[in-house]
Amino acid sequence: MADIVLDHVTKRFADGTTAVDDANLHIADGEFVILVGPSGCGKSTCLNMMAGLEDVTEGEIRLGGRVVNQLAPKDRDIAMVFQSYALYPHMTVRENMAFGLKLAHLDRAEIGRKVDRAAELLELNGLLDRKPANLSGGQRQRVAMGRAIVRSPQAFLMDEPLSNLDAKLRVQMRTTVARLQNQLGTTTVYVTHDQTEAMTLGDRVAVMRAGVIQQVGTPEELYERPVNLFVAGFIGSPAMNFLPGTLEDGHLHTALGDVALPAEVRAKVQRSGGGRDLILGIRPEHFEDAALVNGRRAEGLTFSAVVDVLEALGADKYAYFRLRGPRATAQELEELAADAGANDAPGGTDQVVARLDPASRAREGQRLQLWFDPGKLHLFNPGNGAHLTL
Amino acid sequence: MSTRTAAKASWAAGNTVVVLAALIPVLWLASLSFKDPSTIADGSFLPHKWTLANYRGIFQTSLFTRALVNSVGIALIATVLAVAVGSMAAYAVARLRFPGKQVLVAVTLLIAMFPAISLVSPLFNLWRQLGLFDTWPGLIIPYLTFSLPLAIYTLSAFFREIPWELERAAQVDGATPFQAFLQVIAPLAAPGMVTTAILVFIFCWTDFVFAISLTSTSNSQTVPAAIAFFSGASQFQTPIGSIAAAGVVITIPIILFVFFFQRRIVAGLTSGAVKG
Repeated sequence: MADIVLDHVTKRFADGTTAVDDANLHIADGEFVILVGPSGCGKSTCLNMMAGLEDVTEGEIRLGGRVVNQLAPKDRDIAMVFQSYALYPHMTVRENMAFGLKLAHLDRAEIGRKVDRAAELLELNGLLDRKPANLSGGQRQRVAMGRAIVRSPQAFLMDEPLSNLDAKLRVQMRTTVARLQNQLGTTTVYVTHDQTEAMTLGDRVAVMRAGVIQQVGTPEELYERPVNLFVAGFIGSPAMNFLPGTLEDGHLHTALGDVALPAEVRAKVQRSGGGRDLILGIRPEHFEDAALVNGRRAEGLTFSAVVDVLEALGADKYAYFRLRGPRATAQELEELAADAGANDAPGGTDQVVARLDPASRAREGQRLQLWFDPGKLHLFNPGNGAHLTL
Repeated sequence: MSTRTAAKASWAAGNTVVVLAALIPVLWLASLSFKDPSTIADGSFLPHKWTLANYRGIFQTSLFTRALVNSVGIALIATVLAVAVGSMAAYAVARLRFPGKQVLVAVTLLIAMFPAISLVSPLFNLWRQLGLFDTWPGLIIPYLTFSLPLAIYTLSAFFREIPWELERAAQVDGATPFQAFLQVIAPLAAPGMVTTAILVFIFCWTDFVFAISLTSTSNSQTVPAAIAFFSGASQFQTPIGSIAAAGVVITIPIILFVFFFQRRIVAGLTSGAVKG
């Protein structure tokens, strides 16, 4: 096993587009790191460069301390799981899994033993003599995983391995992947565009946007201390709500009401170069039905809004509502909206969502008193998207 | 419902016309080959007097048997070479980006379009200088020239169908590009290779222009050329029966070829390779 280092790695394609721009990332030995971002952000290119399937334009990739820029994929001792699985259709499951071992000239008994062990780990025993065409999607996915683990490589590279599965199977396989990685302790880089996968699987998550790594951190760090609008909006489901606000005389004027900012927050905003216009972000769970907030009511602010749509999920209720005034605009938010497909759905961009206690009596179409804790607000610079109060 | 029946009927009629138009000359040839020399010109579709004399006759002349050996040998060698070289070229065309690729493809197409007859005189002189006249290589080389473009075109279409990720997977699994080609891509392109092989074989097998002009003896004369040298029992008898019999004999391998491999050509071997 080995650590993987991306040292100022840049990838420019022949047509001049920069897919990855000065990426720096240190993946420790045995660590499970997720590269996440919307499609086209360069995450798969990063992975392909680690695998050796794509040349590195500038910078260095080191695997276990060894510079591998010039090494062919076969000399890197890594295994990769592809989104399409890329199983060899003319080989049985057993032959698929044994292919890499055969190329490594292991003897037959050894190959048989390793394949059987991997098959057992993935519950593929009964399928070893089948061809991929006769397997279900989930089984194919497991064979693809099996083909990777059977070789006990230095690292696993996984390129959206679960995105072709249906939702239920995806959740199951997610735990399987997590369990396997725990058991094997192999360094793993996992690419996904699904922030839920990123949050649940990774030891650390790297969020990418337009070829640039925005932030690397544990899921909690990304969730609680996003460095910019993009990370804040990308991580979390439902996504963080963004509203415009103006800062005047120490007060933040917003559609939720006026918030008095404590002196140290104001100082931070000033130090980080925030101007008069700001964007504030608030996570859905930091709202609450005002009727259910007892002791803490005075700590927060209340406002009222008409509930557009109410989704009761059992454990939670999600209330969607609109606020008066303009909506927050920034380059990052446009991109996020485009990625989420919000521009295709009417009214997707300017609604606010609140996660309420299931005991809430909120009704669709009725006015509701909502409470929020201003201490949980995130403030961003609309110009460059930077978080102002970290 | 009635329009569907009508459509079916018109399709059936159309198909029948096409099949008949294609088959009647072949059946006529077969019928001629079974006719006794005395009834050859009777104009009847079915022979009145069946005989195998024409077949016996051609297999007893060394002109035909030697030509058959030449035909099989030359066509097989040319086919194997065309498919082997064509596969590699087609793989490069389908997968790699290299300078001059468009030019290569264009030139390949140009060669395929080139009229074979215009090459005959220069090749005749050249081959005599080089000592290739009336030899197997003397025919195999021009056959390759004209069948390679065909092979490259057909095969690159097949290679393009094979998901690129399979090779990437093979390379990550530890295969060299050549191993990936040989063990993953080539088996999947097998139906394409068989199709190409059949096309190339038929081209070589049926060629007359090169065969008649670049050969002179039974050293390398192929069947189409040899048939032109058939003579009747006497100077005044046209060897129609023998020619028909020889024609039928050289059609048989092609029919077998297509019957035998049709399944494989149609079968999509790549099903299940990727999601689906």
